[in-house]
Amino acid sequence: MDRILDQVTRPQAAITETVVDCLGRHYREVNQELRRLVDDGAHRLRLTHVAGQRYLGTNLQRPVQITIEGVPGNDLGAFMDGPRIRVLDDAQDGCGNTMNSGVLVIHGSAGDILGHSMRGGAIYVRDDVGYRVGIHMKEYGDTLPVIVIGGTAQHFLGEYMAGGVLIVLGRRLPPGAMHPSRYIGAGMHGGVIYMAGKVNETFLGKEVAVTALSDVDRETVEGHVAAYAQAMGMDLEPLLARPFVKIYPKTARPYGRLYAY
Amino acid sequence: MSWASTENRYGDDKVFDACGLFGFMDTSGALHDGEAIVRGMSTMKERGNGLGSGYAAYGIYPDFADLYALHVMCRSEAARRDLELRLRQGWTIAHDEPIPHREVAGVLDAPILRRYFATPRGEREPGLSEEDHVVRQVMAINTERDDAFIYSSGKNMGIFKGVGHPDQIAEYYRVDEYRGYLWTAHNRFPTNTPGWWGGAHPFGLLDWTVVHNGEISSYGTNRRYMEAHGYQCTMQTDTEVIAYAADLVMRRHRLSPRVAALVFASPLWDEIAHLSPDQQQLCRAVRQTYGPLLLNGPFTVIIAREGEMLGLGDRIRLRPLAVGIKDDLLYISSELSAIHLVQPDIQYTWTPEGGQAIVGRLGQRPQPPAHVQRREPVLESELSYG
Repeated sequence: MDRILDQVTRPQAAITETVVDCLGRHYREVNQELRRLVDDGAHRLRLTHVAGQRYLGTNLQRPVQITIEGVPGNDLGAFMDGPRIRVLDDAQDGCGNTMNSGVLVIHGSAGDILGHSMRGGAIYVRDDVGYRVGIHMKEYGDTLPVIVIGGTAQHFLGEYMAGGVLIVLGRRLPPGAMHPSRYIGAGMHGGVIYMAGKVNETFLGKEVAVTALSDVDRETVEGHVAAYAQAMGMDLEPLLARPFVKIYPKTARPYGRLYAY
Repeated sequence: MSWASTENRYGDDKVFDACGLFGFMDTSGALHDGEAIVRGMSTMKERGNGLGSGYAAYGIYPDFADLYALHVMCRSEAARRDLELRLRQGWTIAHDEPIPHREVAGVLDAPILRRYFATPRGEREPGLSEEDHVVRQVMAINTERDDAFIYSSGKNMGIFKGVGHPDQIAEYYRVDEYRGYLWTAHNRFPTNTPGWWGGAHPFGLLDWTVVHNGEISSYGTNRRYMEAHGYQCTMQTDTEVIAYAADLVMRRHRLSPRVAALVFASPLWDEIAHLSPDQQQLCRAVRQTYGPLLLNGPFTVIIAREGEMLGLGDRIRLRPLAVGIKDDLLYISSELSAIHLVQPDIQYTWTPEGGQAIVGRLGQRPQPPAHVQRREPVLESELSYG
């Protein structure tokens, strides 16, 4: 937690920014250039005219800062280990796929399977996300992946989730409105989901239960949302104003008894 | 041996990826050249592997708007002559010509491609409309031989497809030279069936066209149901059956696109159980009547016909679909970035839920759903860092 906050707030003044124009270029060439620039000591990169280039930020393994102008392609920050990427627009599917560390900040909406199999680091999304966000994200020891969604999520949120923290703030939901998300936590067997506002309990995943937050939960939520607010440049208080619920797996081995008669 | 299996020399071992879709419609009816559709499709080149691409365009033949534009592909000149003789028996051909094309490096095995602007003549079976009659003619010709096919048979529209990447096929057919109010496009990554010219998308019948990303697990069931209604599948690819199903349910049975969406991508039973009584009755009736036309498995399609475009994904969204609106223009794409590339001033973008129909209609300005806010640029100066 502290580590993530530190990464977000560290002053970045007086570091030159290298601009990489991606207009009409294939992702392979762009990623090779990024790798070369980072190997040569670049700390801040700005990618302009991005239009669907995939796997950006994948193979850099260093805490560089990358700003993306345009809509990046699928698997943004896949296997990412260290960089801090911010996208000044929407993002597509598969952001942070199997990401290990670093921060992904999306100033817009993102698509399906965001944080797929994510193992560490943080993903912050300003608006809404698609299907199966956080599918099979997992934690181990001190490594805890965190996803904070400002808006709401489509269906199968936290599907097969095995670890980590997933927070949905419902910023744009009208007061009292229910999240449209159905089948939350289907197959979930680890980690925790916190959602501000009402969730649809009729179409909840079979493996999860909904409860109120404990003091410890509250502290966890406040810590992660504070980091989110800072990354987004938002006031913290309104983000925490709506009451939260906690969604957690009823058992760590949902299929343990499947073939046991 | 069929055309596809004997001449398939593209090395299409089983591969794992996705196809790409792109489509847009100017609901005001204004015509657009092929530049945008080619650029939007080509930016998703990664989604295909060069084993099939194609375009469908509506409003492109104003000089022959009342005639059926029959696009045919033939394996040999002899096959084409036979097909033409066969056509002349049942059709009055007002004009015919080779489909204009230019040689493109990397585009191999192009068949003989010709288009006939024609009207069916002669007696029809009682009770058959002209369209039904044309469907019968196309089905008869396409099942008679395996070296000549009619792959586009609508009025004032046409399909241009083949084996190649989207930019190559566009150049081959000189797609940029046509002007249409509705365009759809596809690039293919064949997984279970061969890459060949007839197997490229769009698939069409009358003015219906379909581009498809995914895999129809229910193909056998769907195909048998369609055969019982007089439709024969000859193109060796699951997508074909969707084009014929669209014709059956939306033209012959006159279902609206939204009800057709319930046929192809019905809500799950436990979701139906929680709908309003009216909605439940509708959904149950549709599932009982058209159960064999439920498309199972992952898919996203863009179905088009004269004046209408329908985007639809499977019920649990196993394939992507992004939508955008700019004034009268409606965009549907596998990837959002392609919409932004083609239309930098896009006003609304969103991702519909699985099974939710996106419908564009000539003369009706497209509207975003209530929860979608107009896009505003991110002002970097207002962000608290960097």
